[in-house]
Amino acid sequence: MIGIGHYVGVSAIMFVLGVLGIFLNRKNVIIILMAIELILLSVNLNLVAFSAYLHDLVGQIFAMFVLTVAAGEAAIGLAILVIYFRGRGTIAVDDVNRMKG
Amino acid sequence: MIQAIAFYLFATMMITSAIVTITARNPVHSVLWLILAFFNAAGLMVLVGAEFIAMLLIIVYVGAVAVLFLFVVMMLDIDFSELRGGFIRNAPLGLLLAAVLLGELVFGILVSSAGDLHIAKAATVAATPAGLSNTAAIGALLYTRYLFEFEAAGMILLVAMIGAIVLTHRQRGDTRGQNVSKQVARRPQDATINLQPEVGKGVQL
Repeated sequence: MIGIGHYVGVSAIMFVLGVLGIFLNRKNVIIILMAIELILLSVNLNLVAFSAYLHDLVGQIFAMFVLTVAAGEAAIGLAILVIYFRGRGTIAVDDVNRMKG
Repeated sequence: MIQAIAFYLFATMMITSAIVTITARNPVHSVLWLILAFFNAAGLMVLVGAEFIAMLLIIVYVGAVAVLFLFVVMMLDIDFSELRGGFIRNAPLGLLLAAVLLGELVFGILVSSAGDLHIAKAATVAATPAGLSNTAAIGALLYTRYLFEFEAAGMILLVAMIGAIVLTHRQRGDTRGQNVSKQVARRPQDATINLQPEVGKGVQL
């Protein structure tokens, strides 16, 4: 019988895979952005699963807001990536030191 | 029984495609596997009766975000083999961190299934009413109680759109675009002259 634990477990595995993706591809910003999308997807899965578990629709509403923020974040991130590539000719994260941070 | 089979199918497919997404050599393949992961997540959401969010996930992620990723990956001329340099070097630390994180999460799940702390009661604010579809129920909640949050989400999207356009738009000097105000300001008496030249004599331009 599939319960809430199964969903939370799958969601946890997805979250960990997202974090692992950030670590494995530390130089490639595009893959890092995709890993962030994976993390947000796992969060959405958690919200929807608990919404069904608690018979509370608010979880699905907030999954929509997470979706909105994820879409905006992807758009802005890719826009920054494009202008960065235009100026520098590379997207290697190690070389990003223009702001001396 | 059929639900369990569907759950395990979607879950294994989603986790497999997530693994391939973060390990694929070619970023285009990564994007395509990411799309498969989103489809399977949508399947998992349909299983628990959240079909509206599932369809939204497909439309927004597959239709917009993944295509945006594909465009950027294909548009930029990047040497991806060079970017994979630290893959092996970063792997031990990443795997260690992932193992610790997964261990903690699984521990938390096991503890919570053993019995909760009774900090607060689970609030059932708006259970899905019987006889109402998922979409209608979400709409009834979203446009009443969460109206301002909904508007704020719209503002976030607007700001993101304007920001992306402002960031990536560039004024190129070498294009010969239309100068509308100059066109409109041009009068016939400036542009043409009426001459009646005599026979045998030329016209001075």
